[in-house]
Parts: sequence; structure tokens; C-alpha cells
Amino acid sequence: MSRIAARFEQLAGRGRTALVPFVTAGDPNPEVTVPLMHAMVAAGADLIELGVPFSDPMADGPVIQRATERALARGVSLTQVLEMVRAFRAQDQDTPVVLMGYLNPIEVMGYASFSEQAGAAGVDGALIVDLPPEEGHDLITMMRDQGLDLVNLIAPTSTEARIAKIGQVASGFVYYVSIKGVTGAAHLDASTIADKVGEIRAQIRLPVGVGFGIKDAETAGQVARVADAVIVGSAIVGRIESLADTPERIPESIAEFLGGLRAAIDVADGVGHGSTSR
Amino acid sequence: MAIHADNSHASRMEPGRESAYDMPDANGHFGPYGGMFVAETLMYPLEELLKAYEGCMADPLFQSELDADLRDYVGRPSPLYHAERWSREVGGAQIYLKREDLNHTGAHKVNNTIGQALLAKRMGKTRIIAETGAGQHGVATATVAARLGLECVVYMGEVDVARQEANVYRMRLLGAQVVAVKSGSRTLKDAMNEAMRDWVTNVDNTFYIIGTVAGPHPYPMLVRDFQAVIGREARAQILERTGRLPDALVACVGGGSNALGLFYPFIGDTEVAIYGVEAAGDGLETGRHAAPLTAGRPGVLHGNRTYLMEDDNGQIMETHSISAGLDYPGVGPEHSWLKDSGRATYGAVSDDEALAAFHHLTRTEGIIPALESSHALAYAHTLAATMRPDQSILVNLSGRGDKDMHTVAHHDGLVL
Ligand SMILES: Cc1ncc(COP(=O)(O)O)c(C=O)c1O
Repeated sequence: MSRIAARFEQLAGRGRTALVPFVTAGDPNPEVTVPLMHAMVAAGADLIELGVPFSDPMADGPVIQRATERALARGVSLTQVLEMVRAFRAQDQDTPVVLMGYLNPIEVMGYASFSEQAGAAGVDGALIVDLPPEEGHDLITMMRDQGLDLVNLIAPTSTEARIAKIGQVASGFVYYVSIKGVTGAAHLDASTIADKVGEIRAQIRLPVGVGFGIKDAETAGQVARVADAVIVGSAIVGRIESLADTPERIPESIAEFLGGLRAAIDVADGVGHGSTSR
Repeated sequence: MAIHADNSHASRMEPGRESAYDMPDANGHFGPYGGMFVAETLMYPLEELLKAYEGCMADPLFQSELDADLRDYVGRPSPLYHAERWSREVGGAQIYLKREDLNHTGAHKVNNTIGQALLAKRMGKTRIIAETGAGQHGVATATVAARLGLECVVYMGEVDVARQEANVYRMRLLGAQVVAVKSGSRTLKDAMNEAMRDWVTNVDNTFYIIGTVAGPHPYPMLVRDFQAVIGREARAQILERTGRLPDALVACVGGGSNALGLFYPFIGDTEVAIYGVEAAGDGLETGRHAAPLTAGRPGVLHGNRTYLMEDDNGQIMETHSISAGLDYPGVGPEHSWLKDSGRATYGAVSDDEALAAFHHLTRTEGIIPALESSHALAYAHTLAATMRPDQSILVNLSGRGDKDMHTVAHHDGLVL
């Protein structure tokens, strides 16, 4: 069983919702990322989304755009991101890591080469913003050969027919983008999320994560009531940005923030504050 | 003229005489190029756009409205002009200019914005957005938005805002909001990123008028079809004038819309050589250029797979050209296909060569061309010199140079 499937099965067995933080690899510098990943796991992260910097992040709002620019200024490449995952895996064999980014760095590396190297580094999947199922066939096949999941996005504009189409290729989990917009944009509306997640569950038998617009403990708790995973990006990246000049403080500060989210999710899950040891 | 009303796929059958050319396929692919590489949020809106477009193409009412606008508002057909004095000076082939510079708003861009704005109206959209480089597409979009009473927001890189001041002011006069984009290289590609972000956010009421044959399917096809009026007219005009097809076509390639507009109706005419001209900027060898077809390699950007200027890590590189309209690291996917298939040949012309051609046409023919178009003129000059006087070259004069006065003056050490 893949690490992603194992993790969701384990959580489901305990009635818990996954907390999934997103950080841009190499932001604000490459040395921070691996210690930060470990700190996030210690603070209650169940799966980590690691952003691969790309020069033209079309689906990202200003916060993640700036994180990308900081990482690119340090020359962070896809190859280096894979190295970071390899370093993380030396100490953590259980927490799934999903890369999130855009297709072009993978195109240039080559689909086969990427799949092999990512698999060998200990990556568990990839979420490629600009790769809808219509264009994904070749990459999905090669990733699957290496035991990697290609995680698909579902949007508020996804029709029933599109959800069905996505269900045919999706693996690992699916990611419901809760708002029309870029990362870090508007506020989420928990009631419409519940309806859409219901629609997704009617057609797809994979865990459903929800992201975009989750900014604090309150929204994390709301989403935890309907989703299998709560995905938090810009709220974390914004905190990293404010500490860019004192990077040594980043792991502790982010861990503290995640701790608050974790507690809210636990309350929503009905497992109570800190009542379950992890 | 315009797109035949009685056949929903007429536009794809036009290029020629007994042409087997039938691109793109149903998924928007031109061989390995093109496609729909966008976030899931945009997939359904793109499906809707395709449906609306196919509906309009099959609707005689839409066609007659489009034809009337192109005639009465844009001023079509644009003339075909035999540049006799210039041809004589070159001493080779006869050079004919397709005068897109005489269109309302001064470039070919309006052919496309008229079409897409009618489409937006049909789809009930109330808000128009666009990206622009030189500002020509922004002006052409602001113009049609003003006419139809639609809200209009134009994204433009901060660098371009500075070098195309006059067009920024024109857009504002027309009632558009011009947003200076400060991210990335602050040029056309970043303006396109920002327009995509806006579209994803406001997709319910907003129509994104892409200005060239790039972006996700169906844009490359749709923009080509709206621009193909250039080639259809030119083909009929030159046949009438000279009794035969031209020996060569030449057009500048930024995203590639004026070029494809000219080329498309000739694709099946295999005896006609096709040349696309990219911006070599400071020179290809300097790396400071905007010539993905000539010096780049395939990748995925802005919704399609095509030739790009990118580094070994897949990051898009900054480009350079004296002409803002050519300053783009990608190119429409159909050009990538035409290059690989060998049907078209692509070359590049430097800033200095384009400037020389700019001055040359101005002095010999009394026509001040856009700097973008000047790249095509420079290439045509060299090509014509290798040909015989009984041969002919058809050049797309895609726009007029009014917008470039400051740039040229600055280059000559003057401040206007
Ligand atoms: C006059 C003119 N020609 C050419 C171009 C390049 O665009 P395309 O390659 O799509 O024709 C522009 C773009 O702004 C333009 O203004």
C-alpha cells in the first residue's frame, strides 16, 4: 500500500481528519525546508505538500508568488526539491510528501526521468495545477509505474461529468479547490463546500481534501467537518514571509500555528484537544 | 469575405484547395503541440467557450454581424499595396504589403477583438479582460468594449506601460482600467499570468479576450479563424492583381496571430513559401532575444505546449526585443507544428535590422510601420534580394508605427 493510502486509512480508523500544510520548497532559503518539514510533522501535519517553484505561477496569488520568487532567487530547481525530499526521508519514512507545482519543470526533466527520480527520492505523489486529466495520460502512466499518485484537482466549476472523468484517473486523494480564484484569495463558504464534497463522494471513492481559503483555526475546523484533509497554504507561507529575515525562527513559529489548526481539527473530529497521542 | 456562414467547420477547410490540413484535432492538439494545460477551474469555462464558438460559426446572423463590423467599423477589406519604389530599390522580387496598419486602431489586433467581443456578448458576459504587450491588443479590446458598453480591464507589464505610454493613455480614454503588472519580468508573459488569475477568479461574468494565437484550446484556433480574414482577402487580392499566387509570405511572429492570419488560407498552396520572423533582439548569440522557434525548445506555458525560451530547469526566461509586441517567450502552438512539419520556415531579425527597415520603408514609401512589422520588412528585404523581379512576396504590414515614436526617437537619442 502506498504511503498516502496507508496514512488516510490509519486516520480514518481513528476518525481523524488529515492536516496538510503547503510550503514552497526553498522559501526563504533551501536550508530551512527539511527542518521545517520535520517541525510540521511534530506539530501534527499528516501529509506535506511541497511547492516546486516555477517562474510563472498562474494559479497562485501574491503570497505564494513571492515565495516562489524568493526560492527562485536562490536557484531552487526541481532536482533540488527532490534532494530535499530525499533528505527528509532519511528520518521520516511515514509522512507522505506530495509535490505541488506546474508542468513545465517536469516536461523539461522528462516524464520518465521525473517519475524515476521522484520515486527514488521518496516522493509519494504530485499535484500539477496545469495538468487536467485530458492531458495527463502519459505522465500518469509513468508515475504509476513508479508507485506515485497523480493527485487531481476538482473545482467549483467542475460539472458532474468532469468529476466522473477525474474519478477515472485520480489516485491517492482528490483536492477540492474550494473557491474560484487563486491561492490565498477570498474567504471560503463552508456550506457550499459541504454540497460539493457530497457530489464528489457520490462519484469518487478516494479521500477528499479541501484547500484554498483556509486561513485560521476556525476555518480549519469548519472544513474538517466535511473533508478528509484540510489543506493550508498561503496562511503558512505568509507567516514564513514575515520571518524571512530570521529564518531560524520559522520552524518553531509554523509549528505553533499548525498546533492551533490541529487542535481545532481535533475538536471538529470529536477526538478532543490532545486526547489522542499521535 | 469573413467566415462562411453555412458550415460550422468552414474555417478549418479553408486553407486550401484540396488541402488535407485539418488542425487542430478535437482536443486542440497540433501534433504534439497545443492542448489545454490549465487549472481545473478553467476547464468547464473553456468547454463552454468552444461550444459557443462553434455555435456562432454555424450561425449566419453572427457571421453577417461580424462581416458588417469588419467592413463598417474596422474598414475592411484592407488594401494590398505594391511597394514599387522599395521593390525597385531592392532589385529582386516584387513586394506587396497587406495594409493591416490601416485598420481602425492601427493594427491587425482588432480583427480578433471584434470577433471575440461579439462572442462575449452572445455568451452574456458583462466584463472583458485582456493582456497586452505593445498595447495594440489592449487598445483594440478597450475599443470594442467601449462600443459594446462592457467593463474592461487590461493587464500590461510595468515595463511595457513605460515604453508604450501613448497606448496606455488611449486605453484609459476608452474607459478601460489598465493594470500595471509588477511580477516576474513585468512584460507580456506576466500580463498574461495576471489575466489568467483574474479569469479564474471572475469566470462567471468575465470573458478573457486573448490577443494572439496562444493560450489553451480553443483560443489558438479561434484567434486564427478571426485573423484569417487577412489571408483570405490577400489571397484574392493578389490573384486579381497579378493573376497568380505569391512566391512567398512573410510576417512577424510574436504570439503569431498576424502571421497565422496571413498564412492559414495559404497552407494548402504548397508552391507558396511561408516565412515567420521572430525578434532576435540584441542578436541570437547574446541570449537577449525573443525567438523561441529559432532558438528555444518545447515546453508548456499559458495553457499550451509549444516552443519556449526556457532554462534547463524549465523556468521561463526573460526575453528582449525593441518591439513590445514581440517580447514574449512563447509562440502560438500552430507555429510550432508548422515549423516541425516543415510547412513554414522561421527566422529572426535583430533590433537594429528592424530599425533600419523601419526607416527604410518610411523614406521610400511614406509608410511608417510598427516596430513589430518592421521585423517582417527587414526579412522580406533580404529575401527579395535573392529573388527575380517576376516573383512576388506578400508581407503582412501588421500595424502602423505611431505608437513607436517615443521608442524610435529614444533610440536616435531624442526625447519627444
Ligand atoms: C503591430 C503588431 N504586429 C505584431 C504583433 C505581434 O503579435 P502577433 O504575433 O500575435 O501578431 C503585435 C503585438 O502587439 C503588434 O502590435
